Amino acid sequence: MSVTTAPDWVRRRTEPNWLARLFDYKPFLVFACLLPAVGLLLVFLTYPLGLGIYLAFTDTTIGRSGVWVGLENFEYLLEDKLWWNAVFFSVFYTAVATIGKFGLGLWLALLLNNHVPFKSLLRAIILLPWIVPTVLSAIAFWWIYDPQFSIISYLFVDVLGWRTTNIDFIGSAWPARFSLIAANIWRGIPFVAISLLAGLQTISPSLYEAALLDGSTAWQRFRFITFPMLLPILAIVMTFSIIFTFTDFQLVYAITRGGPVNSTHLLATLAFQRGIPGGQLGEGAAIAVSMIPFLVAATLFSYFALARRKWQQGESND
Amino acid sequence: MTLITRRSALQLGVGAAALSATGALAQSRVTAANATPPSLPIEKGATLRMLRPVRFVQPDEDIFRAGAAAFTKATGVEVRVDFVGWEDITQQTAVTANTGAGPDMIIGFGDAPHIYADKLVELSDVAEYLGKKYGGWMFVGEKYGKRHGTNNWIGLPFGGTAGPLVWRKSAVNAVGLETPPSDLPGFLDMCKKLKAAGKPAGFALGNAVGDGNGTANWLLWSHGASIIDEEGKVSINSPQTVASLNYLKELYPTFVAGTLAWGDISNNRAYAANELSVTSNGVSLYFSLKNDPATAAIAADTEHTPMPAGQAGSWPSAPLTLNAMVFKHSRYPNAAKAFLQFMLEQEQYEPWLNANLGYWAHPLAAYRDAAVWTSDPKIAIFRDSMNNKFWNGYKGPISEASGQASAEYVTVQMYAAVASGQSTPQEAAREAERRARRIFRR
Repeated sequence: MSVTTAPDWVRRRTEPNWLARLFDYKPFLVFACLLPAVGLLLVFLTYPLGLGIYLAFTDTTIGRSGVWVGLENFEYLLEDKLWWNAVFFSVFYTAVATIGKFGLGLWLALLLNNHVPFKSLLRAIILLPWIVPTVLSAIAFWWIYDPQFSIISYLFVDVLGWRTTNIDFIGSAWPARFSLIAANIWRGIPFVAISLLAGLQTISPSLYEAALLDGSTAWQRFRFITFPMLLPILAIVMTFSIIFTFTDFQLVYAITRGGPVNSTHLLATLAFQRGIPGGQLGEGAAIAVSMIPFLVAATLFSYFALARRKWQQGESND
Repeated sequence: MTLITRRSALQLGVGAAALSATGALAQSRVTAANATPPSLPIEKGATLRMLRPVRFVQPDEDIFRAGAAAFTKATGVEVRVDFVGWEDITQQTAVTANTGAGPDMIIGFGDAPHIYADKLVELSDVAEYLGKKYGGWMFVGEKYGKRHGTNNWIGLPFGGTAGPLVWRKSAVNAVGLETPPSDLPGFLDMCKKLKAAGKPAGFALGNAVGDGNGTANWLLWSHGASIIDEEGKVSINSPQTVASLNYLKELYPTFVAGTLAWGDISNNRAYAANELSVTSNGVSLYFSLKNDPATAAIAADTEHTPMPAGQAGSWPSAPLTLNAMVFKHSRYPNAAKAFLQFMLEQEQYEPWLNANLGYWAHPLAAYRDAAVWTSDPKIAIFRDSMNNKFWNGYKGPISEASGQASAEYVTVQMYAAVASGQSTPQEAAREAERRARRIFRR
């Protein structure tokens, strides 16, 4: 057996190659890690939004790239009665539907916050209108509001005999508007109720106990404990709800298509009508862009008027 | 290219394979004249791709595919046919035309070739040959086929369908009339009587692409009004339009409730439910009634006549037309033209026409003798759909703008505004003019 003695092994310090050094360089690493997220945002958010805004300043039609026309589209919209109509109805629709959703949603949340039998089951059922795809519920409402075959008309005319004619849900302007608002409220309540319920459950019971010891009434407990404690989440839910309602499309398009005589066009449906079936992409984009100021205003309102707690604005709570 | 013609097939007594495809032709009464087909040397290694709208009835697709397969057999050219939803075909045509990529041919709607005229292969040789062979092109076929103001064909219409008056014989007879009057005052009078008898009329005035525009076009054209004049200038704000609006003002109270909110399907449903006795619709309504045992009795009581013409020289309805086009970006334009020609030849076209049960009416006059038109006397009226003297955007050139005006319901909403009492006829006509000016400004 021979023994070979190896020379003392010394670990050779290899210079790390350029790639390793690059990835050890922190600013680069940060940049590289951000890249996928930034790429996604650029491709799927910034580009479509930017393109939409760019299109609003051109006369592009489907299949023909347009030329820059500056503010021409917006100038036309300002003198377009249909656009003003849509602005009016969008604001009205959002305002009334939001009030309805929050009134009923808050009420429902308070009820569900009590101890009731089958609480979890009830909460699951409440979510149903929100879970059903909007188009399906819209089609259901379309049938409910049908001029000839409405189930409600059927009940009142043929079953109860209280009326002799069918109810005119969507055949004239104001009934059509309120019918759509009712459908939107029905659909929006669960979102509000469940969100507010989550908020309610974060309120410490000790506050209520203290108030009870002080001999408060139920209204006082709501007014001075529940409501102020709920306000932060209320602000956020309301911001979302306003944005969803203002940009609603499916309900209106499926039920009335903006009719009768354009009285129920929202800005979103009008933008689609002009842009896709009408082919005027530029004008449709301009209508869509004209929604931005309203949305920004609504968001700012929720932010400043309702979210007055300091932590919501990035400071520590006191 | 060697084609098996009917004559040669009969002479040779060709066996089962050929006859199964063309069997019905043995008794065909359609007569073709002699004409020399254009010389279309098919490119080497050609393959074709085509888009067309989806079928109304299953045999439409089957026979169309069989025709394409026969073409492959005769020429060796593979043809792939894709069926596209109705709502998408216009947009897909636009994208195909402007990107210069995609299918070689599209069967789109009537106005598409006129919008993309510069991107299309001229089809005059094929069209003239077919016209000569099959008794000439009917009016709407020629209108949609030829580029405006020229004799150059850019489209090959495959069929069209118009919306006649659909009425219940029992209801009309019950108010003392044999058939609905073809004059406007008489028609109004009949509608009043029907309303009084509890069997009202109903015409869509809602945002319904087909039916709403159909109602508006009828009212416009039967009063001698039009949205644009021959030069394409907006002419909607005219005394004739106001007269038509005043007419509707009297007619509207005779309608069943809710027509302002009607979509394309609403009148079909209401008619099937005995809620109304007079409306306007394509042949689909009749067939859906006839094929359902529950409503077969209604179908038996249903009649079709042209809409009251008023001042219009012919049935005031613009047929919805299938219009085929070949794109310049196609690498095999001759093969594409040969394919379209092949599909419009009797061996392929007549079985296809018959299989469509009257949903589509032929644009070539000789096919008037096809068996489908005598298969059911109640659909005979659709035979001459393509002889109407009206098209979308009448009286002007067919353009992108005329399509947009229909898509935005400019005239439908003009009528709806008056019917609902929102506007006076004068205001409504002015508003329609304002919108039309914007649309037709280019």
